[in-house]
Amino acid sequence: MTAYARDDTSAMSRWWWTVDRWSLAAVGGLVFIGAILILAASPAVSTRLGLDGFALARRHFFLLPVAALLIFGLSFLGPRGVRRMATIGFLLSLALTAWTLVAGAEINGARRWIGLAGFSLQPSEFLKPTFAVATAWLLAARPDGRRLAGGVMAAGLLALILFVLLRQPDLGMSLLVAATWSAQVFLAGLPWFWVIVLAAMGAASLVGAYVAFPHVALRIDGFIDPSGTDTYQIDRSLEAFANGGLFGRGPGEGDVKLHLPDAHSDFIFAVAGEEFGIVACLIIVTLFAFLLLRGFGRLFGETSPFVRIAAAGLLIDLGLQALINMSSALHLVPTKGMTLPFISYGGSSLLATSITVGMLLALSRRRAGMGMP
Amino acid sequence: MNATERRAPHPIQLPRPRDIIHTEGEARRAVEVGRTRLLIAAAVLAVAFLVVAYRLVNVGLWQQDGKVNVAAIEATPAAAERGDIVDRNGIVLATNLVTASLFAIPEQIIDAGDAADRLAPFLTDMTRGEIEAKLRSDKAFVWLKRNLTPRQHSQILRLGVPGLDFKTDSRRVYPQGGLGAHVVGFTDIDNNGLAGIEQSFDDVLRTGYEPVRLSIDLRIQHILREELARAMAAFNGIGATGLTLDTQTGEVLALVSLPDFDPNLAGMAPEIARFNRATLGVYEMGSTFKVFNTAMALDRGAVELADRYDARTPIKINGFTITDFKPKNRWLSVPEIFVYSSNIGSAKMAQDVGTAAQQDFFRRLGMFQRSSIELPETGTPTLPSPWRPINTMTIAYGHGIAVTPVHLAVGVAAVVNGGIMRPATLIKRQPGQIPDGERIISTETSAAMRELLRLVVRAGTGRPADAPGYLVGGKTGTADKQAGRGYSENSVLASFVGTFPMSAPRYVILAMIDEPKPNAASHGYATGGWVAAPVIRNVVERMAPLLGIEPIEDTLVPDAASALLIAASTAE
Repeated sequence: MTAYARDDTSAMSRWWWTVDRWSLAAVGGLVFIGAILILAASPAVSTRLGLDGFALARRHFFLLPVAALLIFGLSFLGPRGVRRMATIGFLLSLALTAWTLVAGAEINGARRWIGLAGFSLQPSEFLKPTFAVATAWLLAARPDGRRLAGGVMAAGLLALILFVLLRQPDLGMSLLVAATWSAQVFLAGLPWFWVIVLAAMGAASLVGAYVAFPHVALRIDGFIDPSGTDTYQIDRSLEAFANGGLFGRGPGEGDVKLHLPDAHSDFIFAVAGEEFGIVACLIIVTLFAFLLLRGFGRLFGETSPFVRIAAAGLLIDLGLQALINMSSALHLVPTKGMTLPFISYGGSSLLATSITVGMLLALSRRRAGMGMP
Repeated sequence: MNATERRAPHPIQLPRPRDIIHTEGEARRAVEVGRTRLLIAAAVLAVAFLVVAYRLVNVGLWQQDGKVNVAAIEATPAAAERGDIVDRNGIVLATNLVTASLFAIPEQIIDAGDAADRLAPFLTDMTRGEIEAKLRSDKAFVWLKRNLTPRQHSQILRLGVPGLDFKTDSRRVYPQGGLGAHVVGFTDIDNNGLAGIEQSFDDVLRTGYEPVRLSIDLRIQHILREELARAMAAFNGIGATGLTLDTQTGEVLALVSLPDFDPNLAGMAPEIARFNRATLGVYEMGSTFKVFNTAMALDRGAVELADRYDARTPIKINGFTITDFKPKNRWLSVPEIFVYSSNIGSAKMAQDVGTAAQQDFFRRLGMFQRSSIELPETGTPTLPSPWRPINTMTIAYGHGIAVTPVHLAVGVAAVVNGGIMRPATLIKRQPGQIPDGERIISTETSAAMRELLRLVVRAGTGRPADAPGYLVGGKTGTADKQAGRGYSENSVLASFVGTFPMSAPRYVILAMIDEPKPNAASHGYATGGWVAAPVIRNVVERMAPLLGIEPIEDTLVPDAASALLIAASTAE
């Protein structure tokens, strides 16, 4: 571990001694598990898409060094650097997300993707972390006590983003962005009265979504009363966990990936359960929980409201996504297309998650002034 | 700040003025609110992760009733190609054929009526209306026909109806047809084992790594089946069963139950054909049980070969009369009782042994429980309850106790192989895997029994079983079948349990014909000697050359048993 002496003042050394190495290790573990699971789950999907068996796995592996570089590079930034990067990134991804409505390729009835230099990109993935940081900035920036102004602006931005996302439509992403934003407002110290008002609004908009989107209504009805609806995917998923037992059938031995169209992304947790067993799944859950709770723990001593709200937003963004993915594979919540950070296949998702973690590591680095109220 | 300070070894960044909060009180309050809120958020997330972890364990390891599902701890093996079943020489009895199965996605069918019109000529086992109803179903997925023939596949493919598709399927096929059907069993359309080895070895077959290698020798299976079928036809029987057992290893080389069925079309077979008489049917075996009675009496020391019993008058007990089929009306020696199959003499021998010793002997012979043969279809023996003195006497000649043919053959194998009881198996045993077995009689008693069995074929009721040169021994049985509360004289179970070569018995062969009718060739008899014994002779003559057993000149073998009988008779 001690590759660098404490009195070495080079940039690398400083980074090494200030970065949260435990979180870094947890991320490394997740990326490693993800790589193995992509090898297990994606060939079946590749074949189904008429591609060469390892085409998807190759794409994932090709992006892994890019992801590592993003994490590493971003974690060098200071809070101000993060803020700048995120603000630029936010404006850019907001513009690109809006552009999908004009020029997006329609896949499965939604326009979320744009072609960019030979790759297809889902810009809304990049919106999530950058918006979380931008929100934190707005909520924390209050020279001369103009606290309200930041909050109002943040709310305005949220409304704009939700408008764009719902036009795609991408309800899952909207939900995630709104939930993260709400959590950040809550952490910023929103009075309890307004917390309750916000929660009521959230509940109302869920009911609204149920009424407005027939496919959402179908999923929720199916979750509440499985009889009479097509529960094929969730049945296969639950069966996979039961088949795997404690230690799984062994790599490549499962067959849930042959039955589920999204085995490499939305249902990769089921593939993990079938081929590597409950124990491996519990390790994944533990790694996510560790990453989150350690992140929160480090924020307790944080004096800068910006750092606290930004880092917490990034953590919640990451954690919610993982929780929703795992919960839908386990039939705890209605199925909702959402990737499992670092583990699911998906270029945009992987790069966006790397940006999230990179910024998180940058914000959680030890700085002077920490630990003092 | 000067240059020296900038290079000071402090790997920390100084807080920037804009991040420092202006007033002390506000700052303190803000930080405290922030901490409380962080704590709340962290707690909520922690609970969410715990719920996921709990659910994971619940889904994976618990059944719905809340108990730990021990089976779930081990991974369920992946669905590989189902394993083959082969005979002891590797000849395939069950394997898989890759087929195409036709399904429809009703939502994607444009014109169900038209599609049904076009499909109907090729799906001949469904009406046009049935096809259309399936195509109009509101399900997301319907099977139209599993396991198409290649011709159907190509014809339907060429129709080009949208919304129809094929799934690669695997169909179980039994290339030997009815040969060995009761052993192999069959599966349902999804290849789940439903009977026979297919069911009892379902788990092993599912892993598909290695074929299940049976102890069955398909050649012997064929011979036994053919000979039993011939006898059944000749005597117009309603059924027949038999098996061939290796006395040294307990391996079953052939196991036949007639009528049988084609496992490729198991669903269409009548229940009576699917019934396995050899392992599931329990029968009162009749005189073949005298093998056990005599061995027991000799081994217990209750009688000696030279002992004689008064067989002049039938035994009357509890309003029941025990008679002999062909009364000799004189005192009979033990060998005579066996060779002439005297019920009276046998009953008296059993009396001398006693009920408790008889129970103990039959328990050790495995007659108190289901046989351990590896089939799901095993019958439980019917035992007398209570076990009264009259039962002890009737069991001596095979009535009042009902066991499966496998029980009988295993017991006889133990009596003749030197006295070692080994459970029967349908799985090929490698030389190192032969169980030591359990001794039930002494080697001396076994030797005496071999001589008595040979004597039955040389000079007694079993003469038609004699295959010259192969030293066949055995015992006939002609059991009256129960009809209502009593016994019927006209419906019998004719059997013969044979073993050869008698000098060192290697194989036990059992043949049973159910309800044979006398014919001209049998001079009006439908007894074990006339009906079943010739089956044994034919089987021995056909199987011995295949198994490398050479015939010898009978006259060269010192025949102690004949001498014994002659001595016994002349001593009269």
